[in-house]
Amino acid sequence: MNGTKPLLSRVAESLYWMARYIERAENVARFVGVNLHLMLDLPSYEEKQWQPIVDTTGDARMFQEQYGDAAQETVVKFLAADAAYPNSVFSCIRAARENARSVREIISSEMWEQVNALYLLVRESQGLAPDALPSYFHEVRMACDQFQGVTDSTMTHNEAWQFIGLGRTLERADKTTRLLDVKYFILLPSLSDVGTPYDEIQWAAVLKSVSGFEMYRKKHGRISPRKLVEFMLFDNEFPRAVRYSISRADRSLHAITGTPAGTFSCASEQRLGMLRSELDFGRVDATLSAGLHEFLDGLQVKMNRIDECILRDFFAQWSAASGAVI
Amino acid sequence: MRFSSYDTAEFYDEMFERGGRPRPHAQFLIDTIESLSDGQLLRYQHGADRLLLQMGITFNVYGDTDGTERIFPFDLIPRIVPASEWEAIERGLCQRIHALNEFIHDIYHEQKILKDGVIPRDVIQSAASFRPQCQGLEPPRGVWCHITGTDLVRDRDGQYYVLEDNLRVPSGVSYVLENREVLKRIFPKVFEGLAVRPVNEYPSRLLEMLESIAPRYADTPRVVLLTPGIYNSAYFEHSFLAQQMGVQLVEGRDLTVTGDGVFMRTVKGLERVDVIYRRIDDDFLDTEAFRKDSLLGVPGLMAAYKAGRVSLANAPGNGVADDKVVYAYVPDMIRYYEGAEPILPNVPTYLCWRDADRQHVLANLASLVVKSANESGGYGMLVGPHSTQAQREEFAEKIEASPRNFIAQPTLGLSRVPTIIEDHFEGRHVDLRPYVLYGKEIYVLPGGLTRVALRRGSLVVNSSQGGGSKDTWVLA
Repeated sequence: MNGTKPLLSRVAESLYWMARYIERAENVARFVGVNLHLMLDLPSYEEKQWQPIVDTTGDARMFQEQYGDAAQETVVKFLAADAAYPNSVFSCIRAARENARSVREIISSEMWEQVNALYLLVRESQGLAPDALPSYFHEVRMACDQFQGVTDSTMTHNEAWQFIGLGRTLERADKTTRLLDVKYFILLPSLSDVGTPYDEIQWAAVLKSVSGFEMYRKKHGRISPRKLVEFMLFDNEFPRAVRYSISRADRSLHAITGTPAGTFSCASEQRLGMLRSELDFGRVDATLSAGLHEFLDGLQVKMNRIDECILRDFFAQWSAASGAVI
Repeated sequence: MRFSSYDTAEFYDEMFERGGRPRPHAQFLIDTIESLSDGQLLRYQHGADRLLLQMGITFNVYGDTDGTERIFPFDLIPRIVPASEWEAIERGLCQRIHALNEFIHDIYHEQKILKDGVIPRDVIQSAASFRPQCQGLEPPRGVWCHITGTDLVRDRDGQYYVLEDNLRVPSGVSYVLENREVLKRIFPKVFEGLAVRPVNEYPSRLLEMLESIAPRYADTPRVVLLTPGIYNSAYFEHSFLAQQMGVQLVEGRDLTVTGDGVFMRTVKGLERVDVIYRRIDDDFLDTEAFRKDSLLGVPGLMAAYKAGRVSLANAPGNGVADDKVVYAYVPDMIRYYEGAEPILPNVPTYLCWRDADRQHVLANLASLVVKSANESGGYGMLVGPHSTQAQREEFAEKIEASPRNFIAQPTLGLSRVPTIIEDHFEGRHVDLRPYVLYGKEIYVLPGGLTRVALRRGSLVVNSSQGGGSKDTWVLA
């Protein structure tokens, strides 16, 4: 053990969820923020597209029951501020902070102060005026990014840190997958219309939703749906691409177990390794012709299984019902 | 802000003599504060409040379901204890804690003090906190009260008295360290030219003490801090101390007991634990030995402890010496075990189970403080001069119904320290809780928690009842 302290299962789980919730909050804030921006660019006769944003959460039914039709006001309320909805920005940050609080002696003081500041920010922003929303979502995103920066630069890159990385990258892969699944099929029909300015804007918004617009431009230039799918799914350098995220998750997991790359010692490692190869060796044309939706759906199922395996392999050592705030 | 209109009233003031002359040890501090430009002190105070919130230094309030966390108000004006006063406090505490430790050991073994008639057997047998499960226990080094937070108060004449011993799981030391940290960050100038004894060695002293009580077989003992979890009112402190000592913070569900000892559940399997600094009350420690409905503890922990496979700090069973009736006998214990007169006196105490005392208490409820023998935190208490007729009647009934459960003390005019109230200084009553560690030897942290009753005229300093705190300066 050479002096390092063994990591408690409960602590590992709290770190994992802390990271997932911060990442989730950031993604939701970005999706909503980008959409607010997009709506300003669309002509007033275009239908306002708020339903797709709700669809990316996978919680559309819950929204429907609570709020009915998707309009800007209700969607923003649901996704940003609803304290009863567990995946709203507010609830995510609150849950991240609760988890952080239970591992406060493991993380650095700087991390704690950052997550605490985030919490104070979202708590004080309940009931914000519509005008203030764009800058609010921007602030939340920046504060989440800062949390990641502070985490990487103030915490020892030990086993506990690897669990944070694992949670963050798996959540990221999940969110990019969902966004692509929803948006691609809404925008696809308009492809045949020769590039109206609005198409360009909408596809750009998809990229902006993963902070990928500028990076895409540098690599591929003009926007084409095929290139966009390739970029978001199979890019191995862009941090929010699914392949990149999964390969980072795989690396974290191997750092935790100490098993050499390309081999496995537990179910989570095996499944994550298989998913990684699938993405490493996948090709966008084959994926598109076999059906993008089916492919993305498959990814979701596999990621859910990996999450269950991680729970069993690392967190379930403490037999009591899960105590992390999930 | 100036002290020119500050009024010490009829109380002992820690900074000014009666008549308004600064005490010699406070002169320097007063000069520094008065040299600040207008509004500067208030800006510092606001800065300190903001800092506490940002750092998330908060406590949870029981029964408050909404927004459960609050900051513990911190007043910038420190309380100063000159070296000569501290020297006597330190000697008094060492004497008292040594005697209390002897007493607890004796009570769970031969009970010589009862046989010799110094303390009536009834008092112990009727103490709700006496734990028969602890009879015959042999804690390492014979130490039971490893960590103590004794409450001291001063009356109008400036005499220090011991108000409570707090031998179970005393809290508050994290505020001692954080208050100093905040004051240094916000108002560093105030320390210039003064020799204030540092308090930041506490975590390493604590760790050293905990390692010193490890079971014999452990070469490099693994120490953990056992917390009830994030909803406990002192969770911040648990986490802070674990972090400062570099030990693991565990909850009951992280631990499991096997025939070999106590283990924690890690991502790589089970790992042995040698010393547990437990911040859970005896009752909730182990469902097999104590309360069956506890969700916080570790089943089988007491058996492992009795078998010498793990050490606990504090030892279970200490509560018997925290009982407020037993408290009344501490001066006798000191004479009995130490063969000396107590250096720090008790507050005179009436025991309601004695007929004569009870008559006196019932006749004088309006001037006395009545306390329930087994409660702490300012709960179950009547402050006579601030009470209503109805409250006094309620207490009179309770006392008649179970006299063993109540004691009464004269209402002390607790000493005061100038405190920032809105935009000026007012005197507020304070107490002082020094922290004492007992392992290989007895160590008293030079400092302590000064709690201050922020409500005008209030004598109740508990954080749950509108209290705040101040930095405490022990001068070298």
